This record gives sequence, structure tokens and C-alpha cells, in this order.
Amino acid sequence: MRISPLWRTVAVVAAIILVLTSCTALVAPAQPAPAGATDATATEVAAEAATAEAAAGNAVTLRITWYDDGNEGTILRDLLDRFEAANPDIKVIVDTVPYAQGILESLPLQLEAGQGPDLARVTQLGDLAKHYLDMRPLLSNPDYWDTNFGPFLTWMQSEAGGKAIPGFMTQLTVTGPFINRTLFDQAGVAVPSDASDQVTWEEWADATRKVAEATGTFAMVMDRSGHRLAGPAVSEGAKYFNADGYPAMVGDEGFKKMAQLMIDWHADGTMMPEVWIGSGGSYAAGNEPFINGQVALYMSGSWQIGQFADKIGDAFDWEAVPNPCGPGGCTGMPGGAALVAINTTQHPQEVTRLMEYLTQEDVMAEFYARTLFIPGHLGLAAKGIDFDTELPQAKQSLAMFSSQVNKLEPLAYDLQAYKYNTVLFNANRDRLGQVLAGELTLDEAIAKMQEDIDAGIAAAQQ
Amino acid sequence: MSATTKPVPAAPGERLASLPPPRLPFGERIGDVLYRLYAAVMAALDFVFNPIQRLIGAKRMPYVFVLPNLLIFGIFVLFPMLLNFYYAFTGGTALRPEDRPFVGLANFQQIFNCRNFLNPATCQEDYFWRGAYNTVFFVFFQVGGMILIALLTAVVLNRTVKGRGFFRSVFFYPVLLSPVVVALIWKWILQRDGLFNAVLVNFGFERVLFFLNANWATLWVILISIWAQMGFYTLILLAGLQSIPTELYEAAAMDGANPRQSFGRITLPLLMPTMLVVSVLSIIRAVQAFDLVWVLTGGGPGTATTYLVQYIYETAFANQVQQYGLASAASMLLGFALLIFTLLQLRLGEQSDIA
Repeated sequence: MRISPLWRTVAVVAAIILVLTSCTALVAPAQPAPAGATDATATEVAAEAATAEAAAGNAVTLRITWYDDGNEGTILRDLLDRFEAANPDIKVIVDTVPYAQGILESLPLQLEAGQGPDLARVTQLGDLAKHYLDMRPLLSNPDYWDTNFGPFLTWMQSEAGGKAIPGFMTQLTVTGPFINRTLFDQAGVAVPSDASDQVTWEEWADATRKVAEATGTFAMVMDRSGHRLAGPAVSEGAKYFNADGYPAMVGDEGFKKMAQLMIDWHADGTMMPEVWIGSGGSYAAGNEPFINGQVALYMSGSWQIGQFADKIGDAFDWEAVPNPCGPGGCTGMPGGAALVAINTTQHPQEVTRLMEYLTQEDVMAEFYARTLFIPGHLGLAAKGIDFDTELPQAKQSLAMFSSQVNKLEPLAYDLQAYKYNTVLFNANRDRLGQVLAGELTLDEAIAKMQEDIDAGIAAAQQ
Repeated sequence: MSATTKPVPAAPGERLASLPPPRLPFGERIGDVLYRLYAAVMAALDFVFNPIQRLIGAKRMPYVFVLPNLLIFGIFVLFPMLLNFYYAFTGGTALRPEDRPFVGLANFQQIFNCRNFLNPATCQEDYFWRGAYNTVFFVFFQVGGMILIALLTAVVLNRTVKGRGFFRSVFFYPVLLSPVVVALIWKWILQRDGLFNAVLVNFGFERVLFFLNANWATLWVILISIWAQMGFYTLILLAGLQSIPTELYEAAAMDGANPRQSFGRITLPLLMPTMLVVSVLSIIRAVQAFDLVWVLTGGGPGTATTYLVQYIYETAFANQVQQYGLASAASMLLGFALLIFTLLQLRLGEQSDIA
């Protein structure tokens, strides 16, 4: 018998509908168990009530805007799955976005429009503070937060001296250089930090230039970021602020010295030019050439460890080295990312429950151990984290960055805590980029940096 | 089992009547279904529009039909334009209009605060002026080059060449690609370890770092955007060429005109209205250059390929302090310049028609 195409199509569609509806029936929530069992604890009763609520279709959905440096998104999801299993009345969706476009550009706009997520992972901690939810009145134990997150909470306040508890640090970061030791070995050049922990930037430049010449690679690369530049600049004696605490670039000889070093290193080929010259006017990372073994020294920070462990592994010997020194010290920059609650959330209670779960000591210990992040929890930092890696390169780098925390200059902390630090850093980055591209002289660029900072702060305060 | 009743043979006429109606071919059955659907939709429309027509009269019905499109235009074009106009006279970083302080012409003053307009470094908003000069340069060479190449291509494709259809498709194909895809493909070709440099090195030449040199980067941005867009304009010009009556060329040939004279005296003058459309469209598109360049060079090296739309985008959205007022003022100036230029072109077109 010949079946017409029309009937054949109808039969196929009907079969698909049948299969889909039977699948739906399979995943439909089961009937909740009868409540009121005599031996049930209060928690079990609450969980059962939550299950019943979820089964009735009343589960609250929370959205987190998140970005990844390494594997932290996967680990967060694991933790959230456990949270959802224990709290069936809450469903958490993680929207992973690119860092520059998603977190730096789109998120502030969404927050300003009142269309933000319930929680977000941010790095511009002070800039966005007016959009944070203060969870203090909702938390069951605010003292735990003050004790373990206190110093970092000050970075998240909309007003100086504020006491809000908007979130916690998913990671503390310290900027500093990584080296490709295999390239040093191949070139027969001694690693300067093996003999001294007081190596200057100029000494590193000389050593890495020799490595580059011998191996056909680049000597150094630095993330295209004013924040990354700030550590070396402070080490070279940069002051950044005047006596009134206002940014003052003109006349800052330390900053000028570091800027001149960058110009010289780009002119003589020490620095890989693609990152600072060839990337237009935005943030650019130098991690890819380092991962590809194309560069001897990479100035970045501790957040790269997880990614390097994953992408480089033991393909070559990589490690973190102490921050180079200068007349202003041997400092990097502190920083980090925080998961914060957003004040436009319709579910502050549920957001707080989620935050309380994520900040439990055992949950945080697992998160930091598996992500290879420096803990932003003072209790855990004191106890020490048993990092989940057998890779010697990763272990060494984690230990190195942890040891660098004590060497951070007070000015580095001041810069990190300064409310308009991104205005300052972006002006440094973009104007110096113009000098490297031959559009401005250094003096013109420094004058323009000051103009940009003044205009930016004036606009922000308007 | 025993037999019950014997079937009674039907009379010849009855047998015909009891037969099922003849089956229509599949195509006709589909046509029948579609017709019924169409009739149902028309009946529904009639149900809605008939009372409206009785109410406002047949003369005003066209306004009802354009209303949906007008609403979309109003919401997504006209309203943002008016909002942009309002934002241009306000300051601060707040997004909501009611939270923004009125600053009068301050944003325009900031843009025009220059000691020497020919040297962007002396301007307070030097990024705007760098973007403006880069845009003028880009528009001049990109539009000029593209019209020239598109015209030549159209003239060639208008002849009876072998595989004409194939070549028409080939030249149009890049138009179908997303600008982001175009930029990524060319970036892979032109970067330090890209395909182009691999070929150069293979033949014993030095690598060329195209994206680290302002002139190379500008040249490639212009060439790639011509490559990506020219198919569209070639098609328009081809349609214009085909609308020129062949009798004119035959008459000219009989009068002893050579091909160059025919092109200069017949083709170009009769193609002018089409050329005008092509130039207006391509200029507007060139001034809007953003996506392709953003992915290809990011505006670099330095600000060499930063055009005005990128400046506006970065000022409003990418910078940490988001200055919507300043960006709105810049976009108003850009729109105004574009309006003047288009009116001028239309005027020139009218004059050439009169001439």
C-alpha cells in the first residue's frame, strides 16, 4: 500500500508529539510525601514544605551573571546543584558572559536600567556599589561575614565607612609575573629570581631579552590594563594621588619612569606589541602567547593559575616569580572578584539563603581548592587551603602569590579601594597605548590622562 | 460458520452513485487547503476592517494600513531619536531621563573645545576629532574605491561573458556573510602568524605586521569593507546598466562612436541616477562603519581605525564612566553632517537631471 506524503508527515509529527508528551510525563514532579511525620526534624519539615512548593510550581528562579577565568563556572554549578537539591524551592540559573563585554560593559547598563540579575560576579567593586543589596538585616549570622570578609567588604561600600554586606570575594587576586622556565633553560640564561628576590624590572628585561634572542620568542608581555601597570609603576615610585587624595598624573615621576620603560620595551621589541598596540582601545590579555610558549615573561596575576594548570599543564615549566622591585617597593596590585547581591532582586530572602550556603566554610574551601583561587575568606586563609592539584607548577605559583600579599605596598591597597580607580586605570591604559602607537608624546599623554580623569570623575559626580 | 445474506448486485446507476468522489491530485489538494486558509484569513480581516472603513471612510483607510509600520518606526526609530536629542543636553551618568541634570550646550562645547581643529591633540575631546578625521578618510577612499570597482565589475558582468551567472553569484556572496565572520576570517589571514604571513615567509620574505602599523591597518580596513559590500552595489549598478536601451549603443556605433565614447556619452550619463542612489547608500553605510572594524582591529593601532560610531559606542557604553550625554551630542553631530551631505548629493543629482 502506498502512503501519501501528507499522511506520512502527519504520522511523523504525531509520533514526535507522542514521544515528547510521554517524556514530560516521566519528568513531571512526583507527589510530595505526606508531611507531619512524627520523627521529622524542623529542617526536614522545611525541606518538605519547600519540595511541596517546588512541586506546586512555585520555585523561585535566581539568575547569576557570571564570567570565567578558568574552571570556576563548572565548580559553581556543582555547588549550585547541591544547593538546589537541598532547596527545591529555589532554582539558580548561571548566565556566563564574556568578562569585558558582559561584566564591564553590559552589566552596569543593566543595573542602571533596573534590569539586573539577582546576583553578579563583578570586579569593579566600588563603581557598582550603589546597586548592591545590603544583606545584613537578612543574614542569620552577620558576625560571621564581618569576621571572615570584613576587610574586603570595605571595597564594596557605596559610601566611605559603610557597613553593608553585599557579597563575598570569589577570589582574591595579586598581580605579578609568570615565567616560562623551559625557555630560560633552553636559552641557557639563569632565572634572575633564583639568586635574589630583589630583582628589578630592568634586570628582568635584560634576562628575558637574552632568552627571546636565543629561542626566537618574545621577552615579555603584559595584559593591556592600567591595573596591571599599576604594580610595576608603584614599584618604580609612582604616587598616583596628590596630598588631597585626588589622582594627579602630571608630575608623577615614578609613573612617568614606568611609562617610559614600557615605551622603550615596545620600541626595542622586548614587549610583544600585539597586546598594547594592536588591540585598539580596550582591555586585552596576554595569556594566549604565554600559553603557546611564545613569551618568556608574562605580567598578569594569580587568577591565571587555574587556566594555566588546565591549558599548559606540564607541557612546559611555568611558574610565578616575585614582583620585581624598584625604589617604591616590590609590589603588585591586590584585587579580586566578588559575588554580590543586586538590590533590584525580587527575592532577597532566597538570594540571602543562596549566599549563606555559598559562604559556608566547607563550601568555600571546596570552591577555592578546586578553582585554585587565593581565598577571600580570612578563616580559610589562616587555616590554609588544600588545593586540588598535583601539578607542581600550580602549587609553586599559588605559594608564590600568597607570599606576595605581605609585600603589597599601602598605596596599592589605596588604589584598589579608590572609588574611581577604573577611570584612572583606563586613562593610563588608553593614553599610554596612543604613545606606543606613535600618536602622542609621553608628556602629551600624561596631560591627557589627567584631563580624562578629571572629566570622568566630574561626570560621575554630576 | 454459515453464510447469512447474499449481497444483492446493485443496478449500474446505483453503483456509480455509491463510488467515492474522484481523488484530486496532491498539488490541487494542497491548493484547496491553502485557498480555504486564505479565505478564512480574508474573512477575519474583513470582519476587523469593514467596521473601521465604515467609521472613517475608504479615503482614510491607507493610514490604517501604514499604522503598524509607523508604530514600529515610531517606537524603534523616532522615539530613540527624540530621546537622543534630549540626552544630548543632559549630563551625568544616570540612565533614566528624569535622573539626568540639564546641562544645556555643555556637551557640544566639550566637543568643540579645540585650540586647533586640525590637530586633534589640542582638543578636549580629541577622541571625537580623531574619529571624525578617520571617518572622513575612510568614507572618501572606501566609497570612492567601492563605486569604482563595483562599476567596473558591473560593466564586465553586463557583457555576455562565459559563466556570467556564476560570476554574479561569486561577487555577491560576501554580502551574505556576517561582518563579524568577514572580520574574523580576514584577521586569521592577516595576523602575525596568519595565512598571508605564512605565504610570505614561505617565499623568503619578512613578516608584515599589518595590525601594528596605522597605514596598513587603515588600508586593510578599507579593502576588506569594499570586498564585503561591493557585491550589493554591483547588483544595483548592473540593474541600472541593463535598463539602458541597447538601441542607443547601436545608434552610436552607426555614428562611428568607439566603446570609450559610448561609455562616456551614453553609459555614465544614463547611469547617474543609479550612481546617486549607490553613492548615498554607500556613504551612509560607510559612516556607520563599526562591526567589521571593531572585530578586525578594535580601532587600533592606537586610534588609527577608530571611527565615529566606535567613539560614540565607547563613550556611551564601554567606558567605565558612561557619558550618554556626550555620546548623544556626538551622534547628533554625525547625523546632522550626514543629513547635510545627503541633501547636497540629492541637490546635485537634481541639477544633473535638469542639465
